[in-house]
Amino acid sequence: MEMKKPVIKSIPYEEFKDNETLEALVKELNKERTNVVVGALDDLINWGRSNSLWSLTFATSCCGIEFMSVGAARYDFARFGFEVTRNSPRQADLIMVAGTITHKMAPVLKRLYDQMAEPKYVVAVGGCAISGGPFKGSYHVVNGVDKFLPVDVYIPGCPPRPEAILYGMMQLQRKVKVEKFFGGKNIQQDPREVRREPITVTNAPVEGCEKCEG
Amino acid sequence: MELEFIDKKELRTKLKELRNSGMDFLRELIGMDWGDEGLGVIYLLENSTTHENVGIAVRTTDRKKPTIPTVCDLWKVAELYEREVYDFYGIRFTGHPDMRRLFLRNDWVGYPLRKDYNPSEAINPIRLTSEPSEDLQRSYEIEEEKEFEAIAKRENFMHVDEYVINIGPQHPATHGVLRFRLALAGEEIRKIDIHCGYIHRGIEKLCESKSYPQLLAFTDRLDYLSAHQNRHAMCMCIEKAIGLDVTPRAQYLRTIMDELQRIDSHLLMLSCAAMDLGALTAFIYGFRDREKILDIFEEVTGGRLIQNYNIIGGVQADITPGWENKVKEYCTYQIDKIKEFEDLFVNCIITRNRMRGVSPLSLEDAISYGATGCTGRAAGWACDVRKRHPYALYGEVEFKEALRTHGDSYDRMLLRIDEIKESVSIIRQLIDNIPAGEFKQKTKPIIKLPEGRFFAAVEGSRGEFGVFIESHGEREPYRVKFRSMGLPLVACMHKILKGCKIADLITTGATLDYVIPDIDR
Amino acid sequence: MDFSIITTAIDNLLRSHLPEQAAILTECVLVALCLVLAYVVLAIVMIFMERKVCAAFQCRLGPMRVGYWGLLQVFADVFKMLIKEIISIKRSDRILYALAPYIVVMSSVLTFSCLPFARGLQALDFNIGVFFIMATSSFGVLGILLAGWSSNNKFSMIGAMRSGGQMISYELSVGLCMLTMVVLGGTMQISEIVEQQLDGWFIFKGHIPACIAFFIYLIAGNAETNRAPFDLPEAESELTAGFHTEYSGMHFGFFYVAEFMNLFIVAGIASTLFLGGWAPLHIPRLEGFNTVMDYIPGIVWMLGKTFFVIWLLMWIRWTFPRLRIDQVLVLEWKYLVPIGLVNLLIMTICVVAEWTF
Repeated sequence: MEMKKPVIKSIPYEEFKDNETLEALVKELNKERTNVVVGALDDLINWGRSNSLWSLTFATSCCGIEFMSVGAARYDFARFGFEVTRNSPRQADLIMVAGTITHKMAPVLKRLYDQMAEPKYVVAVGGCAISGGPFKGSYHVVNGVDKFLPVDVYIPGCPPRPEAILYGMMQLQRKVKVEKFFGGKNIQQDPREVRREPITVTNAPVEGCEKCEG
Repeated sequence: MELEFIDKKELRTKLKELRNSGMDFLRELIGMDWGDEGLGVIYLLENSTTHENVGIAVRTTDRKKPTIPTVCDLWKVAELYEREVYDFYGIRFTGHPDMRRLFLRNDWVGYPLRKDYNPSEAINPIRLTSEPSEDLQRSYEIEEEKEFEAIAKRENFMHVDEYVINIGPQHPATHGVLRFRLALAGEEIRKIDIHCGYIHRGIEKLCESKSYPQLLAFTDRLDYLSAHQNRHAMCMCIEKAIGLDVTPRAQYLRTIMDELQRIDSHLLMLSCAAMDLGALTAFIYGFRDREKILDIFEEVTGGRLIQNYNIIGGVQADITPGWENKVKEYCTYQIDKIKEFEDLFVNCIITRNRMRGVSPLSLEDAISYGATGCTGRAAGWACDVRKRHPYALYGEVEFKEALRTHGDSYDRMLLRIDEIKESVSIIRQLIDNIPAGEFKQKTKPIIKLPEGRFFAAVEGSRGEFGVFIESHGEREPYRVKFRSMGLPLVACMHKILKGCKIADLITTGATLDYVIPDIDR
Repeated sequence: MDFSIITTAIDNLLRSHLPEQAAILTECVLVALCLVLAYVVLAIVMIFMERKVCAAFQCRLGPMRVGYWGLLQVFADVFKMLIKEIISIKRSDRILYALAPYIVVMSSVLTFSCLPFARGLQALDFNIGVFFIMATSSFGVLGILLAGWSSNNKFSMIGAMRSGGQMISYELSVGLCMLTMVVLGGTMQISEIVEQQLDGWFIFKGHIPACIAFFIYLIAGNAETNRAPFDLPEAESELTAGFHTEYSGMHFGFFYVAEFMNLFIVAGIASTLFLGGWAPLHIPRLEGFNTVMDYIPGIVWMLGKTFFVIWLLMWIRWTFPRLRIDQVLVLEWKYLVPIGLVNLLIMTICVVAEWTF
């Protein structure tokens, strides 16, 4: 079975900067002939999942305000169907870690993540959530949520602009659409072992973001 | 800034004297670690009518079991301030009813702001287990025979048979990660236990290892809705210390930006109050107007929320041509739109019933709790730093300090609308008269403050924001302390909310309008 | 057009080929299928409408990307919800926890089946229809109470208690308003009530008392559906998600759908009792106009009126802030119930004295 270009339905191709990484990834997976059985149902499920990402309202600091801006009239993430923000982790599909995570907050965040129902995704918003940001080196700051959560998308910025947050969310949609290549996550497994490959939002290496530089 | 050092034994008599002589506003309570000279506390007091300031300091050489008598019966806000000092320096305040940690986890090892603190990850790793909830309130009392030997007394805060619920840290109405433990009787609140520190980033400690220009970056991220004002305070404090005069153009720009930021913050508060009360449309309308201010910010500073605009000696960038007109247009637009917001939300009968008479704060309590800003002014306390200690151009522009009398939630909200109108009038006075000239002064590449202690305060969006720097003449400050705008507001919550309903907690939280990163620092 | 022609034809067809018992059974299954299908389709339409209407009120666009004009958005949500994990809660009351969402849905489906969509197009129609509606719609609160109780979550518990207090109180007002209209119509059979409105809707026939009843019904109906300004049981900013805090996946989906369908049902009953159900708008002595109106099929009238009422309720929902629990109860017991009782009396007097049109 040959796949020239991974056409990702209903997301405009030209709206993304870094399409090559994903293409390369899909090609590589094709080469090894793994998981190429594409069922219509699989497509449908992934289409449903990717277009209905309900986020948990979780914000600790500045990025949270920008997240609110994304929800407001000018940026309006309702256009993508993200507007249903749930306050209960049970009903949310993704957690937007917007803001600094401190030692005291870490167990709470972990617990929130554990309380979410599968499939669940993590988006690290802002420098603090990615690496500790300006507070790296503080005695009470966790240097990046990827220390204890499997992060799907990193959105750099301090705080990221609403456009960046939207772009990050679209990247997550894209990632969910090709989820069959990456495979779902096993609930029983420890999330630290099942780290999925992250997609970074920009090509440019981001200051203080170890993941992006690599 | 002058300090008077007092012996520990005489501290209470001296402070009582001062309190009775009218020093009824405890501006700051700063924990200090003077190394070999011991640990200590600095009290900054102000007379709320004459605006006279006094600085008192006390120290104790005992590093193992340091004790200092409490002042939380003189100024109510000291209750939380002293818990903070205990948390950071391990100083036990004898007579304080509740000596628990305020910011850090209960099982945290060590006192981080001490100079000899070991920050090793091995001692305090990232714990992914839930924090054991500590209900034991320890209070220390001095035993007569052994002088200043503190004896711990214990008491339970919440009882087993109480219906205790957690509001926060992840909760839509706490505006961040504040946590309340409520003991309920049906819908009624019996007790409130406030847990801070979920976003405590240790900024004050970080500051001690950074050079002065680097400090500026942290101020924006304290209360991100008063980013300009915070940074303004920091710059003012440093400029005061090194004797740098700011050019008139920079002063104008700073003042205009401060006021724009205030409008921005108040708009956000109004819309968030609407959201907390369930009026989502009003929330979106508020945000729609707020975007216009962000556009204005963005054009000049390049940033939306965090602008990094003030620098030591001026401002970062000059304004763009035609910017003034945009600001003027915006002012007209905002005055028009605030009316719409009033019609939609503020004057709505449900809003009025939800807020009128809810959680009133008396004038006396407002001063005792040091609840500055709109909360204090709604209670009738003329606490505006712009009037009390005029800085930048506030001595020259004409503006009224909006005051109200009830001190309840509704007044707090109305006051914000008054202030938006006032801010627009200040901007209108300034925008046409921005003088030509340099927008920043050249500074030395390495800034060193002379030895001493410096304090500067500005009127932030939600109260007095102060910066205290103790310098030992080096590149880095010896100690930096920020006066949090939100901590006094949170401190008074248990007082004003007793007997209210859960829904009132939300209303009160929305109208007090605290920003958690500012409380936790 | 009378739908009973079609239903009778189907009935005759089945009876001619199958024994009577089997025919009835088949019919039951067919009716149930149609009902559930209509229920789901309407729920999807309602959710989409809510998102678009809310966006319009808030100067936004609403769903735009998924499908043309965001038309497929809700389908995506449904697919997602179907495959979402259902979490079982430690130390919850397993049976009640699993049962609660079905009770809520069942109650609303049963009530839904009483709505007359056109002449003859009504699943359940018998002589005490109004009573039946009141009975079935009120046991939904049981599901909510159970959900809150069995979740082993204090937020859910408070939400459930609020909802219990609120829904049981407001049922009274809803009931009084319905009774007022029953007094005017003189019958409890839904189809009969609609037939009586062919020459003029009840809201016009009953003039002042009917209008008062309509307004009280709108307020109380809004409270019944737990929507703002009466959304205390799930007050997002107070109780995170209220009684369904612990529910995930399709269980939560049931609550979500039931909430929207309850809105439809409340609006449907409003249009049946006050706005004439599928009866077209007739103005006496304007024969030409009346004939034109008659050409519009009844189902269009019914859905049109219902969606108009829904739109009204959405308008209210997206405008007002939330009440506090004591205010909610004060509004009901101090104002709506007394007014409703007096209104019932006025209506009775009007009917006895024949002051109706």
